[in-house]
Amino acid sequence: MSSTLERPPEKHQSAMAVARSEKVTATTKKPITPISKTTLLFSLLIGVYFGVVLTKSEVVRWQRVHDMFLFQEAHMYLIIGLGIGVAMVSMWLLKRFQVHSFATGQRIEYKPKPWHSGVVIGGTLFGAGWAITGACPGPIYAQIGGGAWLSLVTLAGALVGTFLFAELKGKLPQ
Amino acid sequence: MQPWPWWISGILVGFTVPLMYVATGNGFGISTSFQQIGAMSSPRSRLAYFRNFDRRKGLWTLMFAMGIALGGFIAANFLTAEPIEFLPASYLSIGGAARLFIGGILIGFGARYAGGCTSGHAINGIANLNLPSLLATIFFFVGGLAVTWLLGFLIF
Repeated sequence: MSSTLERPPEKHQSAMAVARSEKVTATTKKPITPISKTTLLFSLLIGVYFGVVLTKSEVVRWQRVHDMFLFQEAHMYLIIGLGIGVAMVSMWLLKRFQVHSFATGQRIEYKPKPWHSGVVIGGTLFGAGWAITGACPGPIYAQIGGGAWLSLVTLAGALVGTFLFAELKGKLPQ
Repeated sequence: MQPWPWWISGILVGFTVPLMYVATGNGFGISTSFQQIGAMSSPRSRLAYFRNFDRRKGLWTLMFAMGIALGGFIAANFLTAEPIEFLPASYLSIGGAARLFIGGILIGFGARYAGGCTSGHAINGIANLNLPSLLATIFFFVGGLAVTWLLGFLIF
């Protein structure tokens, strides 16, 4: 990618022509966000890790989610609660020791998700979908990978829901 | 050993958050991948939500999603002796598929409207003491409990 962008000009081109062509590319092309291969590779690997954990912990099973909402077993509550606790301590340590990401070289910073009415309305609708399908977005992907082809229907629904939101975004209370 | 005990699972789920920050520089979250797929499938969309989304920056969400699917494949095929019952047998029907589709719409619409799902809000958000994320999580449970206890006789 960068090799094509930074290719040195042909020898026979005049300095003027080079300057002109550079000006043209600068004005006609939007700045492009560089894609870090490290980020992409590690996103995939952490995905594999997380997919195995979701499946082996059975968070991906409809029955587990159903029993959670029925208060019949603590399994899901304990996993989510402990997960939040471990993540909280980890984040405190990362901030305390000003750890830098090795993909970006920048200090690790949490970007707060803002408050708006969607947190209540969208949150409630999401919870309803979670109870019906027995899956939140992570488990949808893990179910499909695990061979539950029916979960492709859940994913299709989720994408339709996302398009619906994109369509209605301007009209919804924010 | 099937399933993993809750405490091993909880610790490993929690570690995903710092792993993601250290190795990729991104905040743990999954439902942004829906927006990424939407933006990639309609790059010149008239919908600003897709058109203005940085598809290059968001590409990692798709890699993460594909990784999760691969992890599910590995766990189900190589790390488990007995087949995992992901969905109840009753869902293998027209009515079941309809439920999954409608539930899926609620998941996609709700997660994007709320600005995140169980990963971005409940785990990463609360771990970073973000109050809107705590509220979002409370309402995830309001929605889930309401459907299960009030409409459960119609759905399940």
